Formats: sequence, structure tokens, C-alpha cells
Amino acid sequence: MSGHSTYVPSSAIGRWFESRLPIMGLMHSSFVAYPVPRNLNYWWTFGAILSFMLVAQIVTGIILVMHYTPHVDYAFNSIEHIMRDVNWGWMIRYAHANGASMFFVAVYIHMLRGLYYGSYKAPREVLWILGVIIYLLMMATGFMGYVLPWGQMSFWGATVITNLFSAIPLVGDAITTWLWGGYSVDNPTLNRFFSLHYLLPFMIAAVVGLHVWALHVVGQNNPAGVEVKNIERDTIPFTPYATLKDAFGLVLFLIFYSWFIFYTPNFLGHADNYIEANPLVTPAHIVPEWYYLPFYAILRAIPSKLGGVVAMFGAIAILAFLPWLDTSRVKSAAFRPVYKVFFWVFVMACLGLGYLGSQPPDGGYVIAARILTAYYFGFFIIIMPLLGLFEKTKPVPATIADAVLAKNGATASAH
Amino acid sequence: MASASTTEPTRRDMLYIATGAAAAVGVGAAVWPLISQMNPDASTLALASTEVDISSIPEGGILTVKWRGKPVFVRHRTAKEIADVQAVKVDTLPDPQADSARVKKPEWLVVVGVCTHLGCVPLGHQGAHDGWFCPCHGSDYDASGRIRSGPAPRNLEVPAYTFVSDTKIQIG
Repeated sequence: MSGHSTYVPSSAIGRWFESRLPIMGLMHSSFVAYPVPRNLNYWWTFGAILSFMLVAQIVTGIILVMHYTPHVDYAFNSIEHIMRDVNWGWMIRYAHANGASMFFVAVYIHMLRGLYYGSYKAPREVLWILGVIIYLLMMATGFMGYVLPWGQMSFWGATVITNLFSAIPLVGDAITTWLWGGYSVDNPTLNRFFSLHYLLPFMIAAVVGLHVWALHVVGQNNPAGVEVKNIERDTIPFTPYATLKDAFGLVLFLIFYSWFIFYTPNFLGHADNYIEANPLVTPAHIVPEWYYLPFYAILRAIPSKLGGVVAMFGAIAILAFLPWLDTSRVKSAAFRPVYKVFFWVFVMACLGLGYLGSQPPDGGYVIAARILTAYYFGFFIIIMPLLGLFEKTKPVPATIADAVLAKNGATASAH
Repeated sequence: MASASTTEPTRRDMLYIATGAAAAVGVGAAVWPLISQMNPDASTLALASTEVDISSIPEGGILTVKWRGKPVFVRHRTAKEIADVQAVKVDTLPDPQADSARVKKPEWLVVVGVCTHLGCVPLGHQGAHDGWFCPCHGSDYDASGRIRSGPAPRNLEVPAYTFVSDTKIQIG
């Protein structure tokens, strides 16, 4: 839905360059003239926030590598060296460690926004699947990054997660040994995780490029969930409207982020990771970083090793099939009264699974985790397909402009 | 149908297939080292065996030694522990194995100290069977290192080892 670029360079040099590489025109049509639906709310600012977080993580990460040593004998001490000796090292490291958490906060909001407003539905299936791929890459990147400080949680988290692959029948043990480069998590493992942790963010950046490209082909969804029909009436230019709204959302988000960095930098971490890795002693209670907890709860809810691993990966993979599991023709939950209830129960179930993932795996916790796991999968496999057939939806506005006018009837009529 | 006779193979088809096959073999040969380099290297393989003096382990005691980067438990079992694990009906176990198949001498049990669920180190003299208990996900092992309850699918692995003398074993 991108219109023709109206970009005309004002200078002679600009025109000379533009006729040879029209990159300024591409930027102009993508981020200045690009038409955005006029009814976007603040939940739509998280795309820009995520872009900022990716850049922030890459910048702080590249700096940390200048002071970090990827070796089992030195890694832990080099982190303390960063914290105590390197100029501003404490701030850069806390920004990076909390930045990972903020990245996931933003991506979960971004994903739930898509889930609420039906952003995965035609014609945005490919856009959504690219997002699922980015999310998977983020999880892999975050996991490997957490191993690098070589604390107790780093080591044992790496041990538990790499052992997940040993559940694969026949070749599982060979794959695990191959991942480790030895018979346990050790120096070769640390080195390859470091290499991949540096690589994956750039792969994320590449897929983000595809994600944005796909977005600009099909156009943004919006809170009304109806497509743009008239560019003049339904949309406004990206700059200044969306640019400034995104900037304001980003500032609020940065306040939240900074509060963690400067006031409670270890709140989201784990004290055990300030103990150097010891292959002979497992911490009493291994927990992954908070953003993996719901999946960890699903893993432990299934009383079988292979079954637990399949359920955990399935919980992520099922997101890619969402465009075809949801049979409703109405996109936005604003016009789906029953779906809206199930959606919020789903959010609660995810939070509940997150809590259960942080608790020891016994008694009532396991039973609760099983119930919530059943709901997690039931939401996608049973509720979504059936609801589209039976739900009585509210009338959907004919156009985005109508939706805006209906909401602000009094002020609109005053014009 | 009259159109069936047009697909006689030509010398050019043969050249395409041969080129494609050579390219596939070439790509495979080029990728193989890139994949293989991630497997354990020569220095890791060289650390494959270790000798342990077991004379200092008291009856009922467990010595933990490091072998291939992993803990190995050497347990000097008491007469009661031996009697208990030998009395268990083998076919009631999740991973049925007689105690006699897991030891060379009944008083000495040697097992890899890595939970067969997800690789944590189980804690000795804990759990319902006073064997090992894994704090990560609750797997319970007996004094023969056999899984009795919990998510672990298999018994604790018995490494290859030999008695060099009455007081010394070589693991690996």
C-alpha cells in the first residue's frame, strides 16, 4: 500500500546521488511519506521501541566484547573487571543485561497486541511468521548471552537447555555432544555460544528488515481491524504523526528501562549467577531468566522427558500457525466480545505459567501448571477455530475514518 | 498419448546430472569440516580416563571425582544399602536393571553424577530411597543409581571403569 515516493532532492548533489542510488527516496517513502492508519494507539509504538532496543543491545554488546574474555578461566572475572574497572562498565553491562529483559517486555507486548487486534490474519500471515522467527532468534540469543558471564545459573541453565536435545530419539546424545564440543558444558561450549551470540543479533536485524518490508507491502493493521480503503481519509503520513508518537512512547519506555538500570539493576537477574560456574555443584533451584519461565513451566508440566520438550517447542511453534487456526473474519477483539474474554484469560494463563516456572516442581505447582498448559494449547487449538464459527461479533465500522468518527463523534462533527 | 516420445535422454542431460552430482558432493565435502569441528576435539578426547584412589572413602561415603568435565560418584555402600537395592523387584522399575548388572563389587557403586533428565547433579543420601535426589526437577534415585520416580527416563549411567587394585579404580 506504499504510495509513490514524492521525494525530490533539493540539492544538485542530492539529485545526482538519487539517480544512482535512490536510498534517500526509499527512506522517505518508508519513514516520512508512508501512510499509517489514523487510528493507531500507543500499543503500536512497540515496533519502534523494539527497533531501538535491538540497536541498543548491539551497541552495548559490541562495547562489552571489547572487555570480555570468552574462556572458562577468565570469563567470570572479566565480567567483574567490566563492573569495577572499566570506565562506565557497570552502566554498560547493566544496560545490556536489563536491555535483554526490556527487549522481551516490549516483544511480549508487541505480540499480545497482534493477538488482540488480529494482526496475524490475511494479508499479514508472512509478516506474523517473520515475527515468530525473530522471537525464536531472540530467545536463542538471550539464552546464549546469559551463559557468557559463566556464573552458576549460566552454567546450569546451559546444561539443562542443551540437555533438552538429548530427548530426541536415537541421535539425541550425539547432538548434545556436538553442541557441547565435549562431554559436558565446557570451554568449547562457551566459545561457540560467544560466537553465535555475536552473530544472531545481526540475523535478527536482517529478519527485522524483512519484517518491516512485509509490513510496508501489506500496511499496518489498526485497532478497528479494517483495511485502509481511502488513503486520503484513512491515513496520515508517518512523519510527523507516527514518528512523534513513537518517540513519545519510546521516552516513556526509556524511563522504565532506566529505572531498572539505575535503581534495581539486579532485580531481574539471579543471585546465583554471581557465583562462578562449578560443574560439580548444581544450585538448589535452577530457574531460567524470567522471559522463558512460561515455557519452562510447560516443560516441567509434562511428566515425560520427550513429551515435555515437544510441548515446550510446540508452544512456540504453534504461534506460526495462528493465521490459520483463527477462523474469525473479524480481526479486532474490540468487536469480538467472547474472544476478548478468552484473550485476557490467555494473558492470565501466561502470567500464571511464568509464576509457576519460577517455583519448585512439586505438588500443587505441577497440577496448576498442567491446567494452565492445557489452556495455553486449548486457546490455540480449540477456542480459536471454534470461536470464529460460533461467536456473535459486533458490527465492524466500514472504514478507519468511520471508526475514528464514531469514537470522537462530538469533536469530529464540530469541524 | 502421442506426446510420449519426446523425452529421450540426451548427452546434455547426462552432463547436467553429472555436474549436479559433482556439485552436491563438493558442497557436502566442504560443509563436513564446518560441522565436524564442533564435535569434541583431540584435547578433549585425550582427557578420557582418570585414576581414583578409593581407600579413603568410609563405608556409607560418596566421593565425587571429575571425569570428562562431569562428576562421577564413587559410593562405598553399606551392607543395608546393598541388601535394600538387591531386594527390589527389577520388573517394577522404570528402567529395569538388576543391581548386580551395575556394579563390579557390591560394596562399590560407580555412576556418572548427571541426572538423565536434564543434566543436573543429584544430591547424595537424599530422597525417598536414600540414594540420590535431583533438586532440579525432582528425580529420585536409589542406592544403585536407578531411577525410582520423577521425570528422568533412565538410571544413572555407569561409566566404563576397572579396578586397578583393591584401592584404586580407573574410570574411562
